[in-house]
Amino acid sequence: MPSNPDLLKLIFGRLSLDSFPYHEPILVVTFIGVVLGGLAVLGAITYFGKWTYLWQEWITSVDHKKIGVMYIILGLIMLLRGFSDALMMRAQQAMAFGDSQGFLPPHHYDQVFTAHGVIMIFFAAMPFVTGLMNFVVPLQIGARDVSFPYLNNFSFWMTAAGAIIIMISLFVGEFAKTGWLAYPPLSDISHSPGVGVDYYIWGLQIAGLGTLLSGVNLIATIVKMRAPGMSMMKMPVFTWTALCTNVLIVAAFPVLTAVLVLLSLDRYVGTHFFTNDMGGNVMMYINLIWIWGHPEVYILILPCFGVFSEIVATFCGKRLFGYSSMVYATVVITILSYLVWLHHFFTMGSGASVNSFFGITTMIISIPTGAKMFNWLFTMYKGRIRFEVPMLWTIGFMLTFVIGGMTGVLLAVPPADFVLHNSLFLIAHFHNVIIGGVVFGVFAGITYWFPKAFGFKLDPFWGKMSFWFWFIGFYFAFMPLYVLGLMGVTRRLNHFDDPSLQIWFVIAAFGAVLIACGIGSFVIQLVVSVMRRDKLRDETGDPWHGRTLEWSTSSPPPEYNYAFTPVVYDHDAWWDMKQRGFVRPTEGFKSIHMPKGTGTGAIIAALAVALGFGMVWHMWWLAILAFVGMIAVAIGHSFNYDRDFHIPAEEVIETEEARTKLLAKQA
Amino acid sequence: MATQTAVHETQTPVFLAKEEPHAPSSTMLGFWIYLMSDCLIFAVLFATHGVLGRNYAAGPGPQQLFDLPLVAINTSMLLFSSITYGFAMLAMEKDKKQATLVWLGITGLFGAAFVGLELYEFSHMIMEGAGPQRSAFLSSFFTLVGTHGTHVTVGIIWLITLMVQVGKYGLGAENKRRLMCLSLFWHFLDVIWIGVFSFVYLMGVLG
Amino acid sequence: MTSHATEHSHGHDGHDHGHGETEGHGSFKGYMTGFILSVILTAIPFWLVMADVLSSPTATALAVMLLAVVQIVVHMVYFLHMNSKSEGGWTMLALIFTIVIVAIAISGSLWVMYHLNTNMMPAMTEGMMKTMP
Repeated sequence: MPSNPDLLKLIFGRLSLDSFPYHEPILVVTFIGVVLGGLAVLGAITYFGKWTYLWQEWITSVDHKKIGVMYIILGLIMLLRGFSDALMMRAQQAMAFGDSQGFLPPHHYDQVFTAHGVIMIFFAAMPFVTGLMNFVVPLQIGARDVSFPYLNNFSFWMTAAGAIIIMISLFVGEFAKTGWLAYPPLSDISHSPGVGVDYYIWGLQIAGLGTLLSGVNLIATIVKMRAPGMSMMKMPVFTWTALCTNVLIVAAFPVLTAVLVLLSLDRYVGTHFFTNDMGGNVMMYINLIWIWGHPEVYILILPCFGVFSEIVATFCGKRLFGYSSMVYATVVITILSYLVWLHHFFTMGSGASVNSFFGITTMIISIPTGAKMFNWLFTMYKGRIRFEVPMLWTIGFMLTFVIGGMTGVLLAVPPADFVLHNSLFLIAHFHNVIIGGVVFGVFAGITYWFPKAFGFKLDPFWGKMSFWFWFIGFYFAFMPLYVLGLMGVTRRLNHFDDPSLQIWFVIAAFGAVLIACGIGSFVIQLVVSVMRRDKLRDETGDPWHGRTLEWSTSSPPPEYNYAFTPVVYDHDAWWDMKQRGFVRPTEGFKSIHMPKGTGTGAIIAALAVALGFGMVWHMWWLAILAFVGMIAVAIGHSFNYDRDFHIPAEEVIETEEARTKLLAKQA
Repeated sequence: MATQTAVHETQTPVFLAKEEPHAPSSTMLGFWIYLMSDCLIFAVLFATHGVLGRNYAAGPGPQQLFDLPLVAINTSMLLFSSITYGFAMLAMEKDKKQATLVWLGITGLFGAAFVGLELYEFSHMIMEGAGPQRSAFLSSFFTLVGTHGTHVTVGIIWLITLMVQVGKYGLGAENKRRLMCLSLFWHFLDVIWIGVFSFVYLMGVLG
Repeated sequence: MTSHATEHSHGHDGHDHGHGETEGHGSFKGYMTGFILSVILTAIPFWLVMADVLSSPTATALAVMLLAVVQIVVHMVYFLHMNSKSEGGWTMLALIFTIVIVAIAISGSLWVMYHLNTNMMPAMTEGMMKTMP
């Protein structure tokens, strides 16, 4: 009731009609699009009667393969969102010169670049790599699932809950205008009194919890559930990189959680951690967040190094050159990534001794990374290279990543960093390594493991189109930024006075359009592949002549992955089996012990969205209810001791006999 | 992981395990890894206290605020709860359900006494105008000690849940594993408290 | 329901038993040793500070730190039953790794922020920082 503002405030907190951005035409159009698209999807699910299927087979599933696929779908959706932000930025910067102000006012532009960074790192790249690890690792180590299947489901839904909170900010209220790491004092309550930073905090906290738990889960899986005979030095390289990545996650994400808690206390309670007065120190935030932030970039790139290692060995038909050096390089990178965080703020003023220490440690990281690069090259040397789509992404990565790495070493020199800090040169550098490394790696991995997940390959023509658009588009989009950065153009500007710069921004915008074609080709590739799935069918389970265990089972693998647990003698276990005359058994199948699905993860995550929303808008009743609800559901779940079941032997026999027939048809 | 015995090169080796390999439970390792990550949360709070802990902003410092005898009593509460939890574990290993429950109950009471004393200390400081908003020193003090106290509170809730479960379902393997996880958690909090009373209280008073 | 759950948890988790989880939970003697050592190692630092035993605060601080480290080790051994064999050495490895990371994060932050404060606020003494609003 408008007559009683206190009651309204109690119920809705800060939320009012003005919080909805109905006066922003871009947002209104997007909103209508999302609503129509959403209704179409929901209607289709209802029309085809798929709700039960969706709930039983996907939402409550604890199958690591399905959870992996859901992570990748989440990553794809968020990639589209993050990329539309990128297109808007490129368009704005190509237009806004002199008298033209472009189409994005500063307060909107600031939200766009913040959302782009946050979404691409936390909700596109992270789900992609977590999804790949989730799908591949248990298969590669010959396990039937992860160590804690229920926790895995919960982790995914918490990540999705974080993404939902970020997406809500698009239509209810606003997002942070602070840049992707929300540095105070800009992000403190006096300079950002709105809800944007709160959306940022709660989105990341909830997703971060999911990421942390999935890290714990995968470490335990790799340590405890490897097939007999698979010693540490017989693990596939991707599993090794996954192990190191998850160690980094477990050791880095708590730091992010803690530092965001401190920032929220400053905003909600009025403490003085990162304020300018009362003894607070803003630089402590920057110090702490980069203790998480630097390992984070290795969390993204290490699994991709693993993907490339698998692909190079497979498509060159050779053992990976220097397996043990690859492993040691990965471990060295893992440890060194904790010793370099200050290179993100050389200009803070810690002085020569501190800066030189961190500059040198940064440069040292290029040594193990270089060793990896040579290992891949030597694997290709005298190999019979098949230039299929995953291999194209790999070669594209090797060319692009080396350039990004070299500009990185340049930035690691503190005096050079004083010149290039905060410039577009830096932007070009980290896109160079993240697109060239992580994005190319993820697309390579998706193309490589897609037939394993769905039983048919992706269409190679559209895959090649996607690769070449991405590859060429990347150079058009980011080489101009190196030039601009060297000329001293700083990042995060929505308007420029000097018209001589415009041509470079126009070239960059053209590159962004090419990348858009690359993403479009990928989406077309998915559609075309589904339509032509009978032609692209993989009936052998081993479409690429693979080397590691996941190729020994059918495509898609049965729910239980392996009817018999494999015994491993080599790190290329499946290759070894093929070479030494392995014969697939056709009888003797037994019943298999598997975990049961549960809806608890999805329910707690839904309550987490309510908690985050309540905290953002100061609807304390909602936050308290949601929090108590989460605890109650979690405790209630702990009273359920009946968490597993046996797949009956008949069902296993039926599945395996179908495969026997399929394989016989091949021969 | 049991390694297979060496195979002769001439014959095809055994590539599939006929018997289901014993999958050892990952719970204890997984929980330990989780505790390690919790350790890092405290590391950040300790680092923050280390950097900001002398910024009194012309407000009260540790000498005026900290009541060491109270801290000593509080420490002893936690220490007693550690040993009683140990006794609960010993009773659990002998499958003595009733004794386990009694020792768990005593542990919970010591834990509650610890949290109560801490709340008393906090309210006393806030009454004196030395709340977390007063200075960066007090912000970091309240956050570090409060985070530890929150963990103990969570531990107590978990302990009560487990007491109900042990009472209802007995000391099965699953419940034993849960009790062992809580044991790790409880002793881990005691380890963190050693850091808190040494570095925050005692060294704070030293100046 | 009750009987079913109990039976179930016995039935399916029974084989997990005795795989390095139930071993090494210490004995009455172990817990008592740990407890007595902890009491002593807690009492000494409190006494040192409260009774102002040592003349220099630096010496007291060093003693407090040293005793804290010793007591943490005591807790690790007698209460948390850390040894190099449990879980195939993985718990120990995880602990060592965590200690390294914690040491890097804490000492690194102190080092970085100390240099920052001395460089960026050179005129400021420790005393001024305590009293600055």
